Amino acid sequence: MSTDIAHEEHHHGPPKGIGRWLFSTNHKDIGTMYLVFALTMLFVGGASAMYIRAELFMPGVQFMEPDFYNNMVTNHALIMVFAVVMPAAAGLANWMIPMMIGAPDMALPRLNNLSFWLLPAAAVMLILSTVVPFLPGGGSAINTGWTLYPPLSIQTGMAMDFAIFTVHILGVSSILASINIVVTILNMRAPGMTLFKMPMFCWAWLFTGLLLIIIAPVLAGGVTMLLFDRHFGTSFFDAAGGGDPVLFQHLFWFFGHPEVYVLLLPSIGVLAMIIPTFARKPLFGYNSLVGGMAILFTLGLVAWAHHQYTVGMAAGPTTWFMIITILISIPVGLMLLNFMMTMWRGAMTFETPMLFAVAIVLMFSFAGVTGIMLAVVPADLEYHDSMFVVAHFHYALIPGALMGLLAAAFYWLPKWTGNMYDERLGKIFFWWNVISFNITFFPQHFYGLAGMPRRIVDYNPAFADLNMISSLGAFAYGLSHLLFLYIVIKTVRGGVKAGNKPWEGAQIGTPGLEWDLSSPPPFHSFTTPPVVK
Amino acid sequence: MKSIKNKIAGLAGMAGLLLSSEVIAKSKYNLPEPADPIVQQIFDVHMVTSAIATIIMIIVTLIIVYSLIVHRKDKGYVADQNFHKSWFGRWAWLLVPLIVLGIDFSIAKTAHKTMETIYDEHPESDMTVKIIGSQWKWSYEYMDSGIKLTSNLNRDLTPKDEFYLRDVDQPLILPVNTKIRLLHTTTDVLHNWWVPQIAYKVDAIPGYITETRTEILKEGTYRGQCAENCGTGHAFMPIVVKAVSKDEFAKWQEEQVAAAAAAAAEASSDKEWTMEELFAKGKEHYNKTCVACHQANGEGVPGVFPALKGSAKATGDVKVHIQTVLNGVSGTAMAAWKDQLNDLEIAAIITYERNAWGNNTGDVVQPKQVAAER
Amino acid sequence: MRDKTLQNGLEQTHEKNKKTTRLLLLIVVGMFGFGFAMVPLYRLVCNVAGIGISGAANSGRIIDKSGHPRSIDKERLVTIQFDSLINEGLQWEFHPLVKEMKVHPGKPYEVSYYAKNNSGKKVVAQAIPGITPWQATSYFHKTECFCFTQQTLDSGEEKDMPLKFIIDPDLPKDIKVVTLSYTFMDTDRSSLRKKRELNLPSDNKHKG
Repeated sequence: MSTDIAHEEHHHGPPKGIGRWLFSTNHKDIGTMYLVFALTMLFVGGASAMYIRAELFMPGVQFMEPDFYNNMVTNHALIMVFAVVMPAAAGLANWMIPMMIGAPDMALPRLNNLSFWLLPAAAVMLILSTVVPFLPGGGSAINTGWTLYPPLSIQTGMAMDFAIFTVHILGVSSILASINIVVTILNMRAPGMTLFKMPMFCWAWLFTGLLLIIIAPVLAGGVTMLLFDRHFGTSFFDAAGGGDPVLFQHLFWFFGHPEVYVLLLPSIGVLAMIIPTFARKPLFGYNSLVGGMAILFTLGLVAWAHHQYTVGMAAGPTTWFMIITILISIPVGLMLLNFMMTMWRGAMTFETPMLFAVAIVLMFSFAGVTGIMLAVVPADLEYHDSMFVVAHFHYALIPGALMGLLAAAFYWLPKWTGNMYDERLGKIFFWWNVISFNITFFPQHFYGLAGMPRRIVDYNPAFADLNMISSLGAFAYGLSHLLFLYIVIKTVRGGVKAGNKPWEGAQIGTPGLEWDLSSPPPFHSFTTPPVVK
Repeated sequence: MKSIKNKIAGLAGMAGLLLSSEVIAKSKYNLPEPADPIVQQIFDVHMVTSAIATIIMIIVTLIIVYSLIVHRKDKGYVADQNFHKSWFGRWAWLLVPLIVLGIDFSIAKTAHKTMETIYDEHPESDMTVKIIGSQWKWSYEYMDSGIKLTSNLNRDLTPKDEFYLRDVDQPLILPVNTKIRLLHTTTDVLHNWWVPQIAYKVDAIPGYITETRTEILKEGTYRGQCAENCGTGHAFMPIVVKAVSKDEFAKWQEEQVAAAAAAAAEASSDKEWTMEELFAKGKEHYNKTCVACHQANGEGVPGVFPALKGSAKATGDVKVHIQTVLNGVSGTAMAAWKDQLNDLEIAAIITYERNAWGNNTGDVVQPKQVAAER
Repeated sequence: MRDKTLQNGLEQTHEKNKKTTRLLLLIVVGMFGFGFAMVPLYRLVCNVAGIGISGAANSGRIIDKSGHPRSIDKERLVTIQFDSLINEGLQWEFHPLVKEMKVHPGKPYEVSYYAKNNSGKKVVAQAIPGITPWQATSYFHKTECFCFTQQTLDSGEEKDMPLKFIIDPDLPKDIKVVTLSYTFMDTDRSSLRKKRELNLPSDNKHKG
């Protein structure tokens, strides 16, 4: 692989001042802004989680009214999904994909700027939705959970309108970002960088982007109908006018289920970059991983109603959704196998990204098997809407999405900043993070089975002991991210120089062209396209 | 190595759990003990899928742990650069899905019989109970005998009590060994009547009527709560089912029907009630029906629920007062009570309200005055 | 020379980007439309499968009102339970005049529901039928129903509302009881937007 990086005449640094960020069209700057935004919102979403766990620390309503609790449950989900994981993944894509495929920048740089700057607007909207109920005449708080099911969401006050606009803006932002990324991957590859030579992270984002382009407009449509039902006298979801409340659930989950893969896939892509590096051997099953993602993409689009087994669907559709859902174990199993077999007979070392990768494979497998348990209709008729479900999707989304992004940060921080992060602190963070995560969510399976529903502000003392363990774990888990923040700041400010290839095994298998660039990379990565042999 | 020790300890723990599955089945942290044949089937499915899940996790963990111990650079292991080109590397994409498909099939097969029981069978039932979810209480209608019950949270318990948020003022009484159809619907938003031991879940959706069925095998008290987010009071609408013997149930049912008839007769009789009788009766019913909003001291909740103490309505025109209680006030939280309360009860409540807390109007409202306003 | 090919390459990429972007935007617009297309699509699926609100509401309209679909099955008796429910905010009285009847499949029957407006004002309401078990929905043919149109009652007005129906003889043999439940809903939904207060258990009330 040879690259020809000539910066003599084209090299010029970033513009100075605030304008560099406000009007930026540079993929690295926008990527940085995405990541900073996501990290900021991680603490906002985390704060609401801390409040939730504090409230559930013991039986009794301790702090705020039940509606505030429900509002926090809603915000926690909306923030974590739309304002943390998706922007962080988009940030990684912005930073890495042009460098990986040897493109000068993203395909649509100005659109890139727009799709980022919509995010802070959405965040402000979301904060307003929380503040509004406290103002005189503000109406009631959003107490529906992020699923926004009518008729409850029709009852809610003005706050719901803010939430709907938040979803609209976030939807537009993520659609634009996805279009940009898909176009970049399809059209901007350096000569010789064929699709099947691409790093797996690009494949993962190609599927993610396409999936988002398909599903996000449906959610936008759904909440638009909700808005119309609330204010303009339509009755899409109101039985009194010939509508059907269950229709919203179908629209929501048509979006909501593939959305899970939107959150997971970028991190799957990250794992496929990290594990070969630290196992020092090529990715096992490159083609089958691509195939697995394609199958996941397809099955994910037709499995949505397993979130609504209890709405009294007919036997036919119920069976269909159950079979499709169980079949999803095939591509997921294939992915996990590929990761395990990449480790197998490798020469592994355990730096922080790899530690996370190994933990993710284990914990995500666990989410997979509880997922199969939930897919089984009769059993789900007991599990549905219990804390068991909460435990399951946190095991899927925290290791499967969030921890993957954290691992990616450790993996690429040396490339971004030119400095190595503090490995000792990284390892402390890993153990602190993973152990406290398990203390938080493992017990939830059991008090869920024992009969504790989700989204309740107060509970029977029978669930008290495990809830207390969960809460203690959650406080530790929440705090651990402050250490992450410290590590990142420390790395940005200085440290041991990383060199162009900080990781010994980084060039094995199908890495991108990012390792050919300096660390940190120049402001304009490839002014002349590199040629991949 | 710390990581290896952790993994091994975890593994031993899991194996231990699997071996003692009998212990797990009865644990308080598993699904509660089934008291209905279908729930028993579901429970068995759950145990099978949990066992399969545990076995898969053990295998995955073993492979990873072995790899973590052996395939390390610091042990001098040299990476096999061509492993992905071995026969396994070339065929894994087919082999593994086939194995997974086999596991999937075994799981689907386990569920199949229960699915048929739930979705395709329509056994004849001995009685039908309609369950109505409302923000935030449950109402029950015995469709065969016409008995209606309303079940509210027991508000007297504190977080220290065993049945805090799991106790109600009026449990649902059901006979054991009787095939019962449960119909689910709601007057407002989504609810879900979840008593894990005796019936699986189905959502109550406005405009829909859905059904589950139960045949309780053992006498006892079964508790549950609403499982579909229904807003502010979602955590505060528990369910208590008291399963009694068939004889006891028949007796209870007779009493209820008789009591309802007697109350109706009493209410519609022409008897002139004295102030003392009405005041006592009124206090009793007020403390059951009205106290939640207007409070025991009649002062309501400022800014939310109006006070009755010294209010214009409770001291002014009797007819307006009666109308308010009968038909509620639209656009406010004040409900119409004419279907829940009979003439006598409403007359008593109004008499109480007009004479308690220093509202000494001296008005005595007779049931026939209420009847006239209906 | 090298710069020129580079320039050409860039322009080509630019054109390609535009084309791909347009295609992807088309998908976005299409999927937004698909969201709205789900509304009639869902209704259609429900009608065909006979599930959900619209399945229950529409069954029977496909049948010719005059003709019996099949001969009467005199051997078989199916129990029909009639049920009623008032949605919140509607101050009506509403109940079936007959709570239960045994019917022969294929034979037309007529029953009535009683409704009275107690609200003190004119109210337009809509009855929403629900049928359980769901398998019976497409066999429950309502040939005339007060649920086909909105019902208007003046203050204090009362009314017996007819329902004519035929149970299809093809109703699966194992179904012996069918429940038909109507929920009456006020078509003016504004009262549903009010803020609801919860009274917490006494010990639990939030201070302040």
